[in-house]
Amino acid sequence: MTKNAIISVKNLVKKFGNFTANDNLNFEVHEGEIFGFLGANGAGKTTAVRILSGLSAPTSGEVIVAGFNARKQPEQIKKNIGYMCQKFSLYEDLTVKENIMLYGGIYGMNKKLIRERTDSLLKRLNFEEYGDRLILDLPLGLKQKLAFSVAVLHQPKIVFLDEPTGGVDPVTRRQFWEMIYETAAGGITVFVTTHYMDEAEYCDRVSIMSEGKIVALDTPAELKKQYNVGSVEEVFIKIARP
Amino acid sequence: MKKVVESSGLCKRFGGTEALKSISFGVNENEIFGFIGPDGAGKTTLFRIITTLLLPDEGELKVLGLDCKTGFKELRRNIGYMPGRFSLYQDLSVEENLSFYATVFGTTVKENYDLISDIYSHIEPFKKRLAGKLSGGMKQKLALSCALIHKPALLVLDEPTTGVDAVSRSEFWEMLRKLRHHNITIIVSTPYMDEAMRCDRVALIQEGQILSVDRPETIRDGFSRKLFSIKAPEKHKLINALRSCPGISSVYPFGDSVHVTFKDDNFDNAIYEYLENSGISDVSISETRAGIEDRFLELMGTHLH
Repeated sequence: MTKNAIISVKNLVKKFGNFTANDNLNFEVHEGEIFGFLGANGAGKTTAVRILSGLSAPTSGEVIVAGFNARKQPEQIKKNIGYMCQKFSLYEDLTVKENIMLYGGIYGMNKKLIRERTDSLLKRLNFEEYGDRLILDLPLGLKQKLAFSVAVLHQPKIVFLDEPTGGVDPVTRRQFWEMIYETAAGGITVFVTTHYMDEAEYCDRVSIMSEGKIVALDTPAELKKQYNVGSVEEVFIKIARP
Repeated sequence: MKKVVESSGLCKRFGGTEALKSISFGVNENEIFGFIGPDGAGKTTLFRIITTLLLPDEGELKVLGLDCKTGFKELRRNIGYMPGRFSLYQDLSVEENLSFYATVFGTTVKENYDLISDIYSHIEPFKKRLAGKLSGGMKQKLALSCALIHKPALLVLDEPTTGVDAVSRSEFWEMLRKLRHHNITIIVSTPYMDEAMRCDRVALIQEGQILSVDRPETIRDGFSRKLFSIKAPEKHKLINALRSCPGISSVYPFGDSVHVTFKDDNFDNAIYEYLENSGISDVSISETRAGIEDRFLELMGTHLH
């Protein structure tokens, strides 16, 4: 397994007025890793993810994402990442192919490349007959899988997933994780934020934030061992609240 | 045992979509009854019928001994409902919301304070804050207080823990447990399998149909096969290899391991050699106890390969 850092965060501080949302964060995410980013409501996760995805500048500290500096090169970062959340992903009143075309265009892919990737994507998902259907008419499980495939259509270095499998049935959830494993095995780093501790169990390493700080960072197995409990959920309950 | 809810053959269609396909179940007095299933399974539609906000197309439903079609006026006085989406007044303060709900139901906060004190005390220090400015966990506690303030006989909670962090979720379930001392029956839905074990009885629901109704332990123990947990550092390779391994019946990723059953429950030591030949190292295999999610997967009856 490679240990190249695709995300490197040193002494990251983000303040809003007197409130310190991120209080000196230090961590690295390795290339091809599935990294879980956990924390209680209000712990500062969203603030950190916005900085990592080039949407917000750090107050101080150095943040390098996919080789680009979050303060100086946020536009470069945006081009090299993908994003998917459970609540919103695809345009319901566009067809499957139209959605793919739209996202491909936003990421600056040419028509030929979009067409090629569309064909291979639909084939891989066994979706060929759905190409001209509206997203509205697809079952939730299919929608989620498609949304993930679209988020990595431009083959980003990192894909950010927010509660990727919330609300889906157990079979679809597992198919989804297999897609994530496949993506990570192909070298794309997967950064998962979630409240769902079951999702944390699938990650290679997880960090837990509390009150703007990272209070734990390790593999799920190591964390469970360290706190002498049977699940990441129990680790979380022990340390996620001050 | 007295039934608080009795449903038989309940159907509901929206255009061409069958949201509920002949749903039958009963909820006993004073229990926490959970509906566990994914988005789109029909949980919210069912809850809207139970709370008299929708009428069923077919079937019978009695709630607190009353017919849902004819007894809705009386039922509404005796049901507390917490919808899935936060539905309190965002521009009223915490205490204004609470006293508004009390007044609508012809009671006062003071009269039923003992019922909510355990929950409301967590947010009382913020009682002047606007409801729209509360955190997720605090909104959830306020919504529960408002749903309880008229001392309903039946409390209906639609996905109360969705989007709430694990610590708040755990506290929330503790609060529901304590409500049992007040003779309140609770119906709750969740897409999270792990919350099933917190209920007295659960119904597993999928695509408008109930797959099973029982105590969660009983459902879990209904898993009929010998189950093995297999671990290796390269999970993706491991899953693919297991899937093409002869003698293996089902393969499901489960957190950091893969849950596997063998054909005819015959564990075959040849699997070690097979995996080694597939280039997978550091394999560990142990027999494991099925969880309720394993049973749900078995009941869904579909396999990934």
